[in-house]
Amino acid sequence: MSSKDQILKSVRNQLVPSADLPSLDQDWIQYDDAVAHFGDVLQAVGGTAIAVEGIDGLTEELAKIPAYTAAKKTVSCIDGLVGTVDLDRVEDPHELEDIDYAVLPGEFAVAENAAVWVTDTKLRHRVIAFIPQHICLVIHCPDGNVEKAVVHNMAEAYQRLTWSRNEFGCFISGPSKTADIEQSLVIGAHGARSLHVFFVI
Amino acid sequence: MSAIKSYDHPTNADQFNKDQARTHWHDSSLWFIREKRDRMSKSLPEWETLRTCASQIKAHTVSKLADYLEEFEKNATARGATVHWAKDAEEHNRIVLEILQKHQTKRIVKSKSMLTEECHLNPWLEKHGIEVVDTDLGERIVQLRNEPPSHIVMPAIHLKKEDVSNTFHEHLQTEQGNYDPNYLTESARQHLRQKFCQADAGITGVNFAIAETGGFVVCTNEGNADLGVSLPKVHIACMGIEKLIPKVDHLSIFLRLLARSATGQPITTYSSHFHGPIEGGELHIVLVDNGRSKLMNSDDYRNSLKCIRCGACMNTCPVYRRSGGHSYAATVPGPIGSILNPLRDAKHHKTLPFACTLCGSCSDVCPVKINLHEQLLTLRTEVKNQKQLPISKTLPMQIASFVFQRPKLFAWLGGVGKFFLRTMPRFLIYNAMNPWGRNREMPEAPPESFRKQYAQRVKKKSDK
Ligand code: SF4
Repeated sequence: MSSKDQILKSVRNQLVPSADLPSLDQDWIQYDDAVAHFGDVLQAVGGTAIAVEGIDGLTEELAKIPAYTAAKKTVSCIDGLVGTVDLDRVEDPHELEDIDYAVLPGEFAVAENAAVWVTDTKLRHRVIAFIPQHICLVIHCPDGNVEKAVVHNMAEAYQRLTWSRNEFGCFISGPSKTADIEQSLVIGAHGARSLHVFFVI
Repeated sequence: MSAIKSYDHPTNADQFNKDQARTHWHDSSLWFIREKRDRMSKSLPEWETLRTCASQIKAHTVSKLADYLEEFEKNATARGATVHWAKDAEEHNRIVLEILQKHQTKRIVKSKSMLTEECHLNPWLEKHGIEVVDTDLGERIVQLRNEPPSHIVMPAIHLKKEDVSNTFHEHLQTEQGNYDPNYLTESARQHLRQKFCQADAGITGVNFAIAETGGFVVCTNEGNADLGVSLPKVHIACMGIEKLIPKVDHLSIFLRLLARSATGQPITTYSSHFHGPIEGGELHIVLVDNGRSKLMNSDDYRNSLKCIRCGACMNTCPVYRRSGGHSYAATVPGPIGSILNPLRDAKHHKTLPFACTLCGSCSDVCPVKINLHEQLLTLRTEVKNQKQLPISKTLPMQIASFVFQRPKLFAWLGGVGKFFLRTMPRFLIYNAMNPWGRNREMPEAPPESFRKQYAQRVKKKSDK
């Protein structure tokens, strides 16, 4: 008998009382101002949130970020903003090792924990969300309305997600960090050393 | 402080306690995290609802585990992953090695996985000539020191920055005497980046696997899992069969509980959802039993399969905090480890159910509501029934039982005890014969016994 059959048989042979699934439809937390809460929590986990007007507003704000202006190699996956490296022309993701800054699309934000949902739909190499020295996430707000890009809690977040194709998705909440040395918080472990979130209205 | 060899918890704990200052420091570091967890849990009014839901989802999954495993395999395969089944640690290691050898892998990067630790994967792969680098900073530190992790979420919580600095100086040539965590972390970042770029394959654990979609989630703060598996073409994900949940929406419950319980963060920095391999790559998922299915049958211990490995029970445990993770001599230490290990190997781990004050704090913080302290109590009875208890524990109990059944003798001995406590010199009371008094003071003897006080009260009342 294969190991699979053995495991399944041994799991099936157990006397486990049946148990029902709980309802996920409950009164999950709502914030008076979800956008402001998102900003506060993001700051607490080491990131920054800014609302900008259009691509011009984005370019303007990026110009104020020293890590962006000092960057030699940049990637942009946002229409209207160009980087120095074209992600789609990169065959081997290892070539992205020395990217200094990446501007990437985020889909929506979650107020309760400052997470932003990022997928590889428009990113040929998913490592681009993790390997650059710094990243920012750009969230387009429908009808210029930031509220529509921010859900209150994780239950609402999963309502927005679909799983139809082979897609990689990640909730990113702040820059990479560690506290493994005597519990001292250090920003910039392996991934991005800084994270800015831009809501484009 | 190298890895402790003995299985005997009191002996190991004794060794840890030799350095009193360090014991206090360890205790307060963990308490600090416990307090952060408390603040985070209070930030959500629905905290208790989340715990109840999580517990119910896990109970339900276990009750239909075979179906969900099959559903998971079907959906994962449809997304291009290859699913493997391993009944024990040995088979798990063999499967991983085979995949790596097929790709002529020389170097791999691993992100923290308690399961591969449980299976002793590293030494096995190293024996076959493959370089294994643990990439979680804490894991890397203990790996360089040739020690096992001492905590499931914070593997190097037992080390001071001086220890880390010395280790890095020796292995990564960092400046001697530079204890700055920023400097040390930066050095590790540079060192590990090389390893990420050279790796031929990446191995990760799994926090949650979803039957409905055939995908799985890995949570880290450093981003090491993601870096490790998005550069090389081969990703191997190793998971215990109890990591399954039925639906993707259920993640909303578990992701809200996990980081808040573990480190007091609202969520980990990266919560990555893997559904299928990267472009032109391979994704292998290894489903491991290794004794888990046996736990399902027992009404007493089935609940322990709900564990999501957050570590909250360790952070709150007064015994863990004062004895250190290594004293448990097990991959999973603390309250949950004191249940899982003896159930797997009673002979070696028989002292663990006694490394507990039965204060119940672990059960109070557990995000999936495992009745940890109750299980520990049940386990003690089992250890006793299997006649595994040392005479130092059974004989006093037999004497106590004899005395309690004879009220006059009990009264008389009480008087004798009080007399001795008051009049004997310290060395006669605090010595090897009295392990209880080793690290604490005996209670002060009251001026009069309760029996006497009570008798006087009754007399006073009747005199009135
Ligand atoms: S038993 Fe509960 S508290 Fe302990 S690690 Fe598991 S889930 Fe966390």
